[in-house]
Amino acid sequence: MATPILQPVERENYLNKEYGVWSWLLTTDHKRIALLYLLSITFFFFIGGFFALLIRLELLTPAGDLVQADTYNKLFTMHGMVMVFFFLIPSIPAVLGNFLVPLMIGAKDLAFPRINLLSWYLYIIGGVMMLHCILTGGVDTGWTFYAPLATNFTNSNFTEAALAIFVVGFSSILTGLNFVVTIHRMRAPGMTWSRLPLFIWAHYATSIIQLLGTPVIAVTIVLVACERVLHLGIFDPKLGGDPILFQHLFWFYSHPAVYIMILPSMGVVTEIIACFSRKRIFGYSFVAFSSIAIAVFGFLVWAHHMFVAGISVYSALVFSFLSYAVALPSAIKVFNWTATLYKGSIHYDAPMLYAFGFLGLFTIGGLTGLFLAALGIDVHVTDTYFVVAHFHYIMVGGAVMGYLGGMHFWWPKISGRLYPEGWARLAALIVFIGFNLTFFPQFVLGYMGMPRRYFDYSHMPEFQVLNVLSTAGSTVLGVGYLLPMLYFLWSMRYGKPASDNPWNAAGLEWKTASPPPTFNFDEEPVVTWEAYNYEELDAPHKSEVPVGR
Amino acid sequence: MADSSLTPVHEHHGEAHAAHNPALLHHFAEPQQQRDAASLGMWVFLATEVMFFGGLFCAYLIYRRWYFGDFGAASKSIDATLGATNTAVLICSSLTVVLAVWAAQTARKTLLIAMLGITMLLGLAFLGIKGVEYKDKFEEHHVPGASFSFENVPIPGHPGEFANPRHAQIFFSLYFVMTGLHALHMIIGLGIFTWLFVMAWKGRFTPEWNTPVEIGGLYWHFVDIVWIYLFPLLYLIDRHP
Repeated sequence: MATPILQPVERENYLNKEYGVWSWLLTTDHKRIALLYLLSITFFFFIGGFFALLIRLELLTPAGDLVQADTYNKLFTMHGMVMVFFFLIPSIPAVLGNFLVPLMIGAKDLAFPRINLLSWYLYIIGGVMMLHCILTGGVDTGWTFYAPLATNFTNSNFTEAALAIFVVGFSSILTGLNFVVTIHRMRAPGMTWSRLPLFIWAHYATSIIQLLGTPVIAVTIVLVACERVLHLGIFDPKLGGDPILFQHLFWFYSHPAVYIMILPSMGVVTEIIACFSRKRIFGYSFVAFSSIAIAVFGFLVWAHHMFVAGISVYSALVFSFLSYAVALPSAIKVFNWTATLYKGSIHYDAPMLYAFGFLGLFTIGGLTGLFLAALGIDVHVTDTYFVVAHFHYIMVGGAVMGYLGGMHFWWPKISGRLYPEGWARLAALIVFIGFNLTFFPQFVLGYMGMPRRYFDYSHMPEFQVLNVLSTAGSTVLGVGYLLPMLYFLWSMRYGKPASDNPWNAAGLEWKTASPPPTFNFDEEPVVTWEAYNYEELDAPHKSEVPVGR
Repeated sequence: MADSSLTPVHEHHGEAHAAHNPALLHHFAEPQQQRDAASLGMWVFLATEVMFFGGLFCAYLIYRRWYFGDFGAASKSIDATLGATNTAVLICSSLTVVLAVWAAQTARKTLLIAMLGITMLLGLAFLGIKGVEYKDKFEEHHVPGASFSFENVPIPGHPGEFANPRHAQIFFSLYFVMTGLHALHMIIGLGIFTWLFVMAWKGRFTPEWNTPVEIGGLYWHFVDIVWIYLFPLLYLIDRHP
């Protein structure tokens, strides 16, 4: 008879099942692919952040003294391209979505695991092209690469950057395709649409945009690349082409792309607010369908980026009106989150701090978006720092806050370890302060008339005070972003082992082990409860096994 | 594209249905779920393709409205007979694809192999005719670029007026981009069908498992339908008997 094992043997899970480089590079496990994405997007986040810090350093003084004008153009272009296409768009869907969508609906994996791996490789191919482009001089067109600047005039290596975005676009399409099919076809028995976590609804809406929007930017890039290489004349007014058509095609994707970045973050925040208020989300179906409404309305507002580009005043009026309409589903979400908090038993853990940050910053970003949707005000603030500040309140204050909140919330599930709560709360605070210090002054600057994309403002030295504040804030923000990376790495080795459900949260992902086994659940789950049944979870357990048995 | 579920996996996971269905992947509960997922995946992918070509159709329609006369003149210079032949070729190939799917579902192996083969031959014929058209355009200096020439071409229905070569160049740009991307899709389709042909030859498809034929067929039909729109839009702008 073998002696009983005295030391507890670590359960087999997706992390310790296999070791070695190939077990990662050839994996089809959605959880491992999520971690591959996590590493890659973190890498690009710090590259993009590095460009951002250089931009802020240049603007510390009115004179253009740190970098040349041309270098500055390349800095803000590469910052934009890297952050939008290589960090924000894949961030929550490809990391948290990849990890959580099958777990939350009770599936063993995404519907097409090999396509999931393919999408990561496409991301890497696009990423390597973008890195090569950066190292060989970068691009100076702005991330919007308007024609005919990008097609006829820039001397930088624009074609490679465009192809990198083309390739990474397919990675985004394939992720969306996988999510839609998985959510339709792979739900566990009893997991009806109205029992889905709202994170899933948000990802479903995001996937729709990825699927219907990204092909349009892909074909636009094909046209731009042909135009640049073969001088076709499709966007060249000299040859009878129409540069405004480029803007229509570009924004037809790039405006909905904003919702690709923010919707998943809204999904994350919904999960966090319900858990840390210990309540069912208020107005479940309204929050669910507002995600779909945002995805639909999002496709009908693109020309509000073009109010000063010479479009007809009547179409501008319609697009202005429709842009206001997007505020409705967004407001529905904010009000429902607030109503969930009302009389909730609120816990101020780090994920919740990020969710609170999201709530405030997204509201500011959203409301200033209405300023920009109003025709009269937009003409005044177009191409100023007001737009930059608005955009970053949504993207950084909204999307990145949600991403960090989600990373903290699900870190115990992903890694099987607890992160240090004290440090995490401190980091959340630093991020919030640093963010506002960086971007709030930019609203004022923009309203006062400081144009974006200028590297030298020596003829308006009165803007310096606010620029110094903004640069100081960006340093604080940088520290706030470094901290989580450090303590997450630390916790992988030294963190306390996490229980299966450290937050006592609702949701199928918490009913399996931390970290989960390779096929997610030891036996196929059957769902018999409604989503966010926190009242039930927290109620005194009547049916529990009597103590002392 | 949704071919992750196509390749049969030969490892069994000890599940009951896996015994008679070696193609069932581990993460699906039953073959029906796997088939539904693959089929939905292809439909969703085709939706992205609609948007991909949609951007081009949108650009095309805008310029066609702006430069209708020039587009009409340019359209007349491409060979409508070859275009019509190609349309017929593709419609026939859609029929053979449908027959192939039916043959796979009803375990008619010889018919399946024949229909897949004929479909590929029709696809190759299409590309060959397309190549002839491209060669004609090249020889007539109708390929956009430095040697492009479209001088003194009358606008149909407007005696004494001549097409603006720059606007005609936009027509030919769109013609080459749209038909070129369509041809690229045909080539990818031929790749898929080659693989289906090999699998059918090896006898892998059964009435229980023939999803690849079905969704490969969906893809082929889609590429056909794109051509059904391209043909009248590009070839028949201002032609009258």
